[in-house]
Amino acid sequence: MANKAPQIPGIAEFIHKIKSGEIFTEIAKEITESQLWTSTFRHGYADTPRNRVLQIASNVWLHLHPVKMHRHALRIKFTWCMGGITFLLFLSTVVTGVILMFYYRPVGEYAYYDMKYLQYDVPFGMLMRNMHRWAAHAMVITVWLHMFRVFLTGSYKPPREFNWVIGVFLVTFTLLLSFTGYLLPWDQLAMWAVTVGTNMARATPFLGNEGPFAEYVGVTPRYDARSLLIGGSLVGPPALLRFYVLHCIFIPLIAGALMIVHFWRIRKDGGISGPL
Amino acid sequence: MAQAAAAPKKKVEGVPEKLHVWPYLVRLEFLCALVVIIALTVWSIVIDAPLEEAANPTKTPNPSKAPWYFLGLQDILVYFDPWFAGVVAPVLIIVGLMLIPYLDVNPKGNGYYTYHERKVAIWVYCFGFLVLWIALIIMGVFLRGPGWNLFMPWQYWDPHKVVALVSVDLPYSFGFRDYTWSAIFGGGVLLAYFGIGTGVYFFMERKALKSVGFLRMFLKIQLALIMMGIVIKIVLRIGFNVKYIMVTPWISI
Ligand code: HEM
Repeated sequence: MANKAPQIPGIAEFIHKIKSGEIFTEIAKEITESQLWTSTFRHGYADTPRNRVLQIASNVWLHLHPVKMHRHALRIKFTWCMGGITFLLFLSTVVTGVILMFYYRPVGEYAYYDMKYLQYDVPFGMLMRNMHRWAAHAMVITVWLHMFRVFLTGSYKPPREFNWVIGVFLVTFTLLLSFTGYLLPWDQLAMWAVTVGTNMARATPFLGNEGPFAEYVGVTPRYDARSLLIGGSLVGPPALLRFYVLHCIFIPLIAGALMIVHFWRIRKDGGISGPL
Repeated sequence: MAQAAAAPKKKVEGVPEKLHVWPYLVRLEFLCALVVIIALTVWSIVIDAPLEEAANPTKTPNPSKAPWYFLGLQDILVYFDPWFAGVVAPVLIIVGLMLIPYLDVNPKGNGYYTYHERKVAIWVYCFGFLVLWIALIIMGVFLRGPGWNLFMPWQYWDPHKVVALVSVDLPYSFGFRDYTWSAIFGGGVLLAYFGIGTGVYFFMERKALKSVGFLRMFLKIQLALIMMGIVIKIVLRIGFNVKYIMVTPWISI
């Protein structure tokens, strides 16, 4: 029973390592102790309390979180996860929206045909458009639900009054984001929904040409609150350009800034509210 | 032993009140994000976003509807002039919402679900949100057809449906034919509504005046009266064919 097979000690050892699972520990060690890894992450890899803290505190993407939190705030039954989902949907619209911007021109002659092009010729164009639109609609719903939950748990009470106020700005901007985007496909649905919506500005007291007391201010259909919004006396190409700039630059910047303040305040106000 | 069994379940020994966010919260967020993104992707693969024919300023669709989330406001247009339904009402909603934390001084129910400790607040919010906002949106999306007329889901959207406009102004039905006098009458009715409403509220809550403060109570009851007033106006229009309460050359309510 002489073992005639050539003995290469390396292989036996190697197979043993695979069988015992030791190999994975070694690979992990090799990676996590490499210069590439240690220069990227500012904390060790081992699951120690210290590293759990650093994982949050030394990571720019996670550092808005506290490092520790109350057990009750983890319950989905309490928060419904709605604020977080709203934020996630916002991020989804940012990503898909930037992709749409590569193909879309906010010009009367082009806009509608760019939509067609996106839908039929651009790879994954239809999917990007769908995701952008449905995420935007879903965000409107989730932000309402988030607000409802915050009301039901009384989380606007001291010391969180101001964060509620920021929240009301956020829900307003969420609706405005959705509304300005509604015009961009430049189809019948878009044009007339926005006509109905912006017609209201015409009735602004003092500042709209059909509003109460307008005659004392002297506003006209060409120069009033509505024409400021849509760049003319009806929803035409200037309105398209205006809504595009508002939709892609102005409102997202403001809403994004307010979200940062919102998250920062959650922490400064003592984290998610709870019975204490 | 027996004592341990009777102890409240919550106080499990060895479970700390404070947890590390990594991994406990971050993994939850990750899972939640995964589910949402998958759902969004599937939804977007299955259902296409609408794209109708190219915009045509000479072809007005009937009905022309605002985006669905504004249909509650568009529906209020039936009962109020545009300056109120389209401008003042949204501003009041936004300002009113922002004022909530400063008007609701009930210290109870901070950070947990409770109905019994804040019944009025819950009722007011649920009524405003679920009825005046959500229910009106559902009605606007599904039941409003050509001419903004009401159609049941099984009814044909007849673009030529004619609904007789039989509503008259409140002062008129009280016999006022003269412009000035009917304006005075209508203004009086409104003043009486707000005045009596405010007076009754302050009388009933007179004990709270000191702790809550005059301004708070005043704003609270004005907002409540406006919200109720909108409902009253809707009821008056549908039930009693009242068009305006007050008519003046500048504004009519
Ligand atoms: C773009 C919109 C919004 C985003 C992305 C957002 C995000 C969040 C997130 C992630 C939280 C953590 C807890 C949770 O998920 O429930 C939160 C909490 C909170 N939000 Fe928002 N929110 C938005 C709009 C609003 C609105 C409209 C309101 C109210 C008018 C509001 C008021 C609050 C308050 C008071 C808290 C603290 C809740 C607590 O301590 O229990 N937020 N928000």
